[in-house]
Amino acid sequence: MFEISPTEWTAILLSLRVAAVATLVATPLGIALAWLLARREFWGKSVLDALVHLPLVLPPVVTGYLLLLTFGRRGLVGGWLADHFGIVFAFRWTGAALACGIMSFPLLVRPIRLSIEAVDRRLEQAAGTLGAPPWRVFLTITLPLALPGVLAGMVLGFAKAIGEFGATITFVSNIPGETQTISSAIYSLIQTPDGDTAALRLVVVSIVIALAALVGSEWFARRATKRLHGN
Amino acid sequence: MLRVEVSRQLGEFSIEASFASEGRVTGLFGASGAGKTSLINMIAGLLRPDRGIIAVDGEVLDDTAAGLHIPPHRRRIGYVFQDARLFPHLDIRENLDYGRRMNRLAEDSAQNKRVTDLLDIGGLLDRRPGRLSGGERQRVALGRALLAQPRLLLLDEPMGSLDEERKVEILPYLVRLRDEANVPMVYVSHDAGEMRQLATQVVMLRRGRVVAFGGPEVLPGTTLPA
Repeated sequence: MFEISPTEWTAILLSLRVAAVATLVATPLGIALAWLLARREFWGKSVLDALVHLPLVLPPVVTGYLLLLTFGRRGLVGGWLADHFGIVFAFRWTGAALACGIMSFPLLVRPIRLSIEAVDRRLEQAAGTLGAPPWRVFLTITLPLALPGVLAGMVLGFAKAIGEFGATITFVSNIPGETQTISSAIYSLIQTPDGDTAALRLVVVSIVIALAALVGSEWFARRATKRLHGN
Repeated sequence: MLRVEVSRQLGEFSIEASFASEGRVTGLFGASGAGKTSLINMIAGLLRPDRGIIAVDGEVLDDTAAGLHIPPHRRRIGYVFQDARLFPHLDIRENLDYGRRMNRLAEDSAQNKRVTDLLDIGGLLDRRPGRLSGGERQRVALGRALLAQPRLLLLDEPMGSLDEERKVEILPYLVRLRDEANVPMVYVSHDAGEMRQLATQVVMLRRGRVVAFGGPEVLPGTTLPA
């Protein structure tokens, strides 16, 4: 019962890789966007805000299909990337990472935005009067003070990316060893006659990963908060 | 030498002030709501005037007619806020060192020692701002501003959030600062007693307008010489 088969291992490791890559690539973008939304007023801000949140409210299969249309081999962006840079997303694990990154993006951005909004702007002003240009104010004051929110966003995004199913399977299908993540492996297993025990094993694994992520984020957040406000 | 000729609308309230002062300590005196903080925020570059000119030592920092506005971080004007605004994630040593790092100044341990001695904060260096008393925080804020080597230091009611006892504790440091630090200051307060002890020139503000300018004798409660 507890013997994890090579195919299952492949799915587990792939899921971890997909979610890790998605989170690591999305984090800097998420921080930049969170800062824009928290600190700047510009034309089209509410549209941008809505766009970021769209994957949260759209049916995942719609997001997946839109990705297929855009980033597929014949898609507008996908074709161009393939022709000019040899980068292919369709039916590759990188495509799974792209889908997971987009689906988890709203969850990643939100805590970061809230924590940037919570940073006292008067501290940023003080840093300015001490000679710090805006980008150094951001790196030395805003970002360190918002760190707990950044970590929370990363963990939330990672957890969402690990569990993503609908958009991924629509965009990159369910190919063992390439795009079959834990979720799609469970989906395949419960459709096979004797797949129940294997499916259950993967269910246990997902629970363990999710719990580890939550406990880890709690620990990080506490440490960060202590470092920031600890006296 | 500080030259200010500005106007700025802030909702219902408007500021129209001009003065030029050369004293070691220029006092901006007035009741709360007279526009003192808005005025030094303009000098610091945190608030842009609608119209006017601000110049320090002949260098123009704001000139709305020419579309000139030097941002705060390039003004070399120190600012001590009423609420200290120490960085909570840095210890006192790092707080004090912040301005030197941002201005890419060379390390100067003699200068560090002079300032920490002047303000008696040498014993606080390894602590976090959260562990300091209000008076200690304000002294660290003074040191932090000084160590960025400003050409002008703005002090916005630096004792405003302290109780009487703490005020008595910090006033001597301000007097020492004035006499030893060799940086011209603009000192904002609504307390005539404080002003008399610190200011060498006084700009009196009421409802956003300069109503008197001169030596400390223009302060209320002082008998004018016959």
